[in-house]
Amino acid sequence: MKFGVLQFPGSCDEVDALEAARRVGDAELIWHGQRDLAGADAIVVPGGFSYGDYLRAGAIARFSPAMESVIDFARDGGLVLGICNGFQVLCEARLLPGALLPNANLRFTFRQVELEVLSSGGSFTRACALDERLSIPAKHAWGRYHADPQTLATMDRSGQIVLRYAPGQNFNGSLHDIAGVCNEAGNVFGLMPHPEHAVDELVGGSADGLKIFESMRMSVEGVHA
Amino acid sequence: MRARVLIRPKAGILDPQGAAVERALPALGFAGVGNVHIGRLIELDVEDPAQLQPMCEKLLANPLVEDYEIILE
Repeated sequence: MKFGVLQFPGSCDEVDALEAARRVGDAELIWHGQRDLAGADAIVVPGGFSYGDYLRAGAIARFSPAMESVIDFARDGGLVLGICNGFQVLCEARLLPGALLPNANLRFTFRQVELEVLSSGGSFTRACALDERLSIPAKHAWGRYHADPQTLATMDRSGQIVLRYAPGQNFNGSLHDIAGVCNEAGNVFGLMPHPEHAVDELVGGSADGLKIFESMRMSVEGVHA
Repeated sequence: MRARVLIRPKAGILDPQGAAVERALPALGFAGVGNVHIGRLIELDVEDPAQLQPMCEKLLANPLVEDYEIILE
């Protein structure tokens, strides 16, 4: 399978995303001005500071030509993973519910976080066990997940809250300790921590992040855990 | 035409910037300050003020978490 990894002016994690994807399949960079998604089977919207994060994080990147194609790709059922700034872009594009706001302590924070898998078997977590813990780095200043109470209740019922910060790990003030959510159809997923930085125990603290990429490969290739 | 768009965090959403300023003011001797909220001001020239609302909905504000107010001069 082939991953397409978007690159905006101001992206900074696209190379790690590319390398992580290459551990489970092929991968190619897609420049933001390009409408053609290069025949990719799945898309990764990477972390960074797209278009300088001017106005609001992800607000301007959402209108790039590549993102217009990604929105069509997602509406046709294609798998889309948004990491950190990519998660913000997917929320701004309304492919995911809710919004990311400045961390409650107003500080940029970089730390390893423990996450709980609340929904396994979906397209992005089928290589994980239910209630499994993942240890993945997070680094952001705008990671406080917010959605209105009705949306949160609906998401909870329909299994859209995929990852939660483990007790004591929610450093950004996200509602319901939410670290990662998917859309109703389950083909679009965003998370603030960085699975692409945790694909090698030597440098990532763990290789747990690889499970997200491996899950996507299994989904595209029709493999069930 | 000159327009101003005021963008504020929606009521009930934690506003840590407002809270930080609210804590700082009494420390400087300014008593009786409460309910501080911090938003954004966008000033712009527009030929067609009818476009301001769709601009706000689409780009200038995120209506999920922000309220906006359009003021024409």
